[in-house]
Amino acid sequence: MNETAIDKIRALFPDIDCKEVKGCIVMEVAPALLEQTMQRLKSYPDLDFGLLLDITAIDYLSYPQPKDARFYVVYTLRNWQKNWLLQVRTPVARPEKGLPTVSGLWGAADWAEREVYDQYGIRFIGHPDLRRILNHWQFVGHPLRKDYDIYKGQICYETDSLEKEIKARLLSKGIDESTMKDINTEMMYLNLGPSHPATHGAIRIFTALDGETIMANVNEIGYLHRGFEKTAENRTYNQIIPLTDRLNYCSAMMNNIAYVKAIETWLGLRITDRAMIMRVILSEFLRVQDHLVCLAANLVDMGGLTNYWYLYNEKEASYDLISRLTGARLTSSFTRIGGMYRDFYEGWEADMAHHLKAIEKGVNDSLKLVLQNRIVHDRTQGTCVLSKETAMTYGYTGPNLRSTGISFDLRKDNPYYHYETFDFAVPVGSQGDIYDRMMVRFEEIFESIKIIRQAMKIVPGGPVFVDDHKVALPPKERVYNRIEGLANHFKLIFEGVKVPAGEWYDSFEAANGELGFHFVSDGSGTPYKLKVRPPCFYAMAGYHEMVEGEMIADAVINLGSINIIGGELDR
Amino acid sequence: MSAELVLSGAIFIGLAIIIPIVMIMTVMLGPRSDSAAKNDPYESGIKHVVGHADQKFSVKFYLLAILFLIFDIEAVFMYPWAVSLRELGVFGLIEMTVFILLLLTGLIYILKKGVLNWR
Amino acid sequence: MSLTLLNVVLAVFIAICFVGANAAYLVWCERKGAGFYQRRPGPMENGWWGLLQPPIDGVKLMTKQLLIPGGVDKAIFMVAPVLAMFPALISFVTIPFSDNIVAHPIDVGVLVIFAFAALGGMSLLVAGWGSRNKYSMISSVRAVSQTVAYEIPLLITTITIVMISGSLNLGDIVQQQLDGFLSWNVWPLHKEVGFNLLMPVSFLILFVCSVAETNRAPFDLGEAESELVAGFHTEYSSMGFGLFFMGEYANIVIGSCLITILFLGGWSCPFGDLGIFPFTHNVGWFLLKIYLIIFVFIWIRWTFPRTTIYGLLNLSWKYLIPISLFNLLLTAGLLKVF
Repeated sequence: MNETAIDKIRALFPDIDCKEVKGCIVMEVAPALLEQTMQRLKSYPDLDFGLLLDITAIDYLSYPQPKDARFYVVYTLRNWQKNWLLQVRTPVARPEKGLPTVSGLWGAADWAEREVYDQYGIRFIGHPDLRRILNHWQFVGHPLRKDYDIYKGQICYETDSLEKEIKARLLSKGIDESTMKDINTEMMYLNLGPSHPATHGAIRIFTALDGETIMANVNEIGYLHRGFEKTAENRTYNQIIPLTDRLNYCSAMMNNIAYVKAIETWLGLRITDRAMIMRVILSEFLRVQDHLVCLAANLVDMGGLTNYWYLYNEKEASYDLISRLTGARLTSSFTRIGGMYRDFYEGWEADMAHHLKAIEKGVNDSLKLVLQNRIVHDRTQGTCVLSKETAMTYGYTGPNLRSTGISFDLRKDNPYYHYETFDFAVPVGSQGDIYDRMMVRFEEIFESIKIIRQAMKIVPGGPVFVDDHKVALPPKERVYNRIEGLANHFKLIFEGVKVPAGEWYDSFEAANGELGFHFVSDGSGTPYKLKVRPPCFYAMAGYHEMVEGEMIADAVINLGSINIIGGELDR
Repeated sequence: MSAELVLSGAIFIGLAIIIPIVMIMTVMLGPRSDSAAKNDPYESGIKHVVGHADQKFSVKFYLLAILFLIFDIEAVFMYPWAVSLRELGVFGLIEMTVFILLLLTGLIYILKKGVLNWR
Repeated sequence: MSLTLLNVVLAVFIAICFVGANAAYLVWCERKGAGFYQRRPGPMENGWWGLLQPPIDGVKLMTKQLLIPGGVDKAIFMVAPVLAMFPALISFVTIPFSDNIVAHPIDVGVLVIFAFAALGGMSLLVAGWGSRNKYSMISSVRAVSQTVAYEIPLLITTITIVMISGSLNLGDIVQQQLDGFLSWNVWPLHKEVGFNLLMPVSFLILFVCSVAETNRAPFDLGEAESELVAGFHTEYSSMGFGLFFMGEYANIVIGSCLITILFLGGWSCPFGDLGIFPFTHNVGWFLLKIYLIIFVFIWIRWTFPRTTIYGLLNLSWKYLIPISLFNLLLTAGLLKVF
């Protein structure tokens, strides 16, 4: 598939250097050509890269091989229909001068460029609102630069009033002081969050209200920012697995799987069939859990507390299986590069069958309360509509994108772990409203259960770890009895799994959408750079488009319906 | 003075004493500590808020409040009529029908004018 | 009844204990009910089946600090919770629990209860206004528009009952429903009116209105904890919050008393007076009926999600008010025809 893509791109951009890396086309574009190239990549009907997945930068300050410039900015694009993945790399000669912005082309670039500016200090010329996003506004320096000391802490505690930003947003919508003055009232500026029952984590939704109608909305995130990317640069590959647990903590194991899958792809490592099926079963099981949490929380926001218990009780009960399997309920850190930490325990099939049945019952009970409920219909149908175009431009993926009617699912479109052999459907919505988002998730629960049931029938025997001691720990009796085994074990633990130098991007269909990992390796056991592409971040970036013009009550349930998870959003 | 009046008066006074006492008791029994941050009105933990609660914010329901006055008073007018409906006879019924139809026309007019269109 | 001081004090004590215990133990019932619907046990720790939970909650609330936000009008802030509790409790004075248990049978009992109910709405306005908090402010505006919107169909629907019974005295209204459950106002068959199909409609409207008037889910827009944190009582802690909380339950009791008296025959035995003790007209039937209605209130709360303020106002102004006006006209017409 990528043959045609790379040929097409070579034909269209003859003077740009392209190569293919692990199913992803990589283009090296000079800064002067960037704007024009991006424009063409988006608008050429043959190419149509409608989805801007991520923007990140790389600081090559301490990279072993010298590069043309210290900073490179990398744009990751996707054409979902043809399953083409493309990365555009641009050297940045002077970060304070920066690059032209692409936020005019993709809405997602707005926040993505802010993040690059925040973390690397690279400016984007023409960006409408270039300020910090994950770090505090009083923060000094750019933490992901290699010369920023990882142990250098800063204490910042003054809140930003966001007055300037929201007034600018109001002005851009053509509303100013005089609009309200003629009926002798004033705009009310109301904070929903960070400490608010509806935000489920700590997100600040700042609204300008006329009555209860939201006229403008500006959001502030970063309250849970803990520097995942910086910490990852200081850990071996396997040590990062527990950090990935904390990304989307509702489906922690999916992040583990996505993370190790990305490294295994680069290593060219084929894991055992049993490990593969285990990962399929567990990631679908965790997808079910994630959807249960999302729907439960969403219905609580709507005031339907009973639904919460019907869904959440089953989720809590099925954590027993996770806990018996991994020893932890929430943050399981269950995968390792090359396989799974442990095999299934004796009798897991019965437990799984029991939990699946219980979940089906809980979901069906909850559906009985929701499906025919006039109040739910009135509140969710036609509110906070996400159009296909908005969803694409803001980089929505996963259930949120599918609710608009775009049936993009990596499990179907770019199958991994033999997903193509399973019989399952990809539920899509039609309107893109809150109701569709809820129902897509309800349906996905049933589809995932279907996949688990199919997979459980074909679980092969054999080990769950590859027999390659460059990545897998040697068996204990060899470690205790032979010096080679001991040295092998020592090296793997202390230096980590050696990953060949290079750069690659790998993606995974997580519960919330496309969870991507962009790695830069310098050949050591520690990643030189690791960037997550969290689906939540881009969902939150487009949140204001959905809620402006709606009521506060709608904004609250909309936040639940796009499933914002603080850990993943703020990293 | 009737027994009932004394009794209800006593209950009235009893409640009027007990409920404020509950409030005063809680002030006396509860701990007392304060700081500027603790005494701030709550707005999701944001210190630098834009605007304040006692500003002139847009209340979309004010027209409804005016409508309420009309309807409420009409409803109260109907009570004496309802009690003596039997004595008033058919004439009273027709009179009230005209009255209620006028009210309904008013309501339909209001709805057509879009008082209840919120968005 | 002899008017000795002891008698009066005793009566006052019993009355206040009844309403206080009711308000407190309905919280327990609510939590148990919620547990029942949500497949969990509810409070279990304090006392047998958590029966000591309400007094312990009361002590806890009492000994917490009553925070008064800086810059509020202290008097208004302190008065609001009292104002929430007081009208709800004082309404009990006019409620006839049986033919002889009533503190003061007022001739315009129906109107007195509505008047006090409106005063209860006032407390939400005062609390929200006095808190200097934006959430409370929005909530108080919502609460007032809600009270206002549902008072009209409530008043108009009650007129149908007043027409049938020809009295505003709650005791008199019950007196006409003493011949078994077929004589209750909720049924289409009524001995004086003949065949009136519209009574269940009146009953339904009144029921919906009383759910809305008591700020109960699915109409708890004033509280709306996921949107407005806790609405009008966001700034209230300790017993300030406690009084609002108990006031809500006292209002529920009043609402169900009103429904019972107007439509379900008050203290009457559903099988008529059989002369043997449990089957006579007595206060037990009254209590049974109001608790059944309260059970339905709790059932509704834990089944439905919350509406929006606009859905709520539309329901009242677009449906309930026109329907109740038509209902009134048709009932009056039927009364004249038969």
